[in-house]
Amino acid sequence: MAVTVKIPTQLRGAADGASETQVDGATVKEVLDSLYDRFGELRERISDEDGSLRRFVNIYVSGEDIRFLDGLDTEVNDGAELTILPAVAGG
Amino acid sequence: MAVSNLQCRECKAQYPLDALYVCERCFGPLEVIYDHSRLVEGGVNELRRRIQGGPQNIWRYADFLPLVDGPPGPSGRLASRTGLPAGCTPLIRADRLAKRLGLREVWVKNDAANPTHSFKDRVVSVAAARARELGFQVIACASTGNLANSVAAHAAALGLDSYVFIPADLEEQKVLATGVYGTKLVAVKGNYDDVNRLCTELSAERDWAFVNVNLRPYYAEGSKTLAYEISEQLGFELPDRCVVPIASGSLFTKIAKGFAEWRDLGLVDGELPTMNGAQAQGCSPVANAFASGHEVCRPVKPDTIAKSLAIGNPADGPYALEEARCSGGSIDAVSDDEIRAGIALLAQTTGVFTETAGGVTTAVLAKLAARGDIDPSERVVLVITGEGLKTLDAVRGTFEYSEIDPTVEQFQTHVERIPAFAGTGS
Repeated sequence: MAVTVKIPTQLRGAADGASETQVDGATVKEVLDSLYDRFGELRERISDEDGSLRRFVNIYVSGEDIRFLDGLDTEVNDGAELTILPAVAGG
Repeated sequence: MAVSNLQCRECKAQYPLDALYVCERCFGPLEVIYDHSRLVEGGVNELRRRIQGGPQNIWRYADFLPLVDGPPGPSGRLASRTGLPAGCTPLIRADRLAKRLGLREVWVKNDAANPTHSFKDRVVSVAAARARELGFQVIACASTGNLANSVAAHAAALGLDSYVFIPADLEEQKVLATGVYGTKLVAVKGNYDDVNRLCTELSAERDWAFVNVNLRPYYAEGSKTLAYEISEQLGFELPDRCVVPIASGSLFTKIAKGFAEWRDLGLVDGELPTMNGAQAQGCSPVANAFASGHEVCRPVKPDTIAKSLAIGNPADGPYALEEARCSGGSIDAVSDDEIRAGIALLAQTTGVFTETAGGVTTAVLAKLAARGDIDPSERVVLVITGEGLKTLDAVRGTFEYSEIDPTVEQFQTHVERIPAFAGTGS
């Protein structure tokens, strides 16, 4: 299933400058694994050694924070949009 | 100037003093780094005199703020005549409030006495000045209301364009007190966290200075001036305890940082204050994490009358938790009814009418006092961040009043003979 991943400016240097890319996956975890297969350097930027998200990374599926859904197990539909953003903003 | 570079708070990677806020390596927040060693070369007393000789606004603390070219304006003394100067708000000795709570010494730092009636004028002053140094023509923000007022007003004062993004359900007073300045006001159908996400995305696409996104490292430093002022107003002494509201956690951590900086330089002595954070139960991700012993905050969907504190996904939550724990403090939450009672308590014992956020802070102080957390010998500072006129709905219907014809007879029958009104002058 094809999902559009939106890549924040801070990570584009590790993604050949891409602002978004299409990858496959049925869950957030699968989408991220597909993303890491394409851009290996992103893995350590986004994920901890145990595979969980780094503390200051927020991920949204169609605008909703995945922590309000099922986290990395959140299902993503074909054509969905997954947005990666820095957590440290606002206030 | 003492400011030297940006640094990742997590992995310590170094960055230049640009419009950057996130570490590219680990996504951690960037912080401004200073070299203050030259400031105290002439001794602490000389530095105190230098501060005391500065303008009656936050630029008296320019040595501790992240501007490369120094305070705005032709000179430090004249800075109070440019832009929209913030700070130097009253620190009021609140003996009647202290007595009511069984405490000895309580002070109210009334930051509603800023140009747009909240502490946000401090952070926006710094961010807007830095935005001009960096050559931006447009300032912008994601706001729960107070920041909206401040960004719109500062843009008008400085001749910058501005975009202000707010949740669509904001209090009418805050919407009106933003639009009047001629800003481009955008009401977003969603909560603050939705607004913040949109602004984070937009900040990558537009050449604008989002004060609390891409200029956040500079912006946040403005909150330190609250700590400096409190210390200076206490005669270069530290309070024992501060009670501070928490939304993103930035104000809370930067007030603590301000006290620590001055103690490190020798401008003040003694123990750093115990830091108590205040949240509303309808949006208490940081208080929840504190109670559960967690190091990170699980985001929540806000539902509280304290809209200025309604950030469900607090950026500085982990650092606020760390600060509360290290200082021996806590982070507590209060109900909407307690918030209304807090607003009334502060108004009726100090004459200060605060918005809902101040009701949260006052209610948490009352809770700490009732719980016995505060030693009666302590000197406590209550940080009141905003103005009651901005959240009038919170007090509507909380008291009664009588309407009469202009006759002595009606006054006697409708006012003096009714127990609720008789004897209130005592």
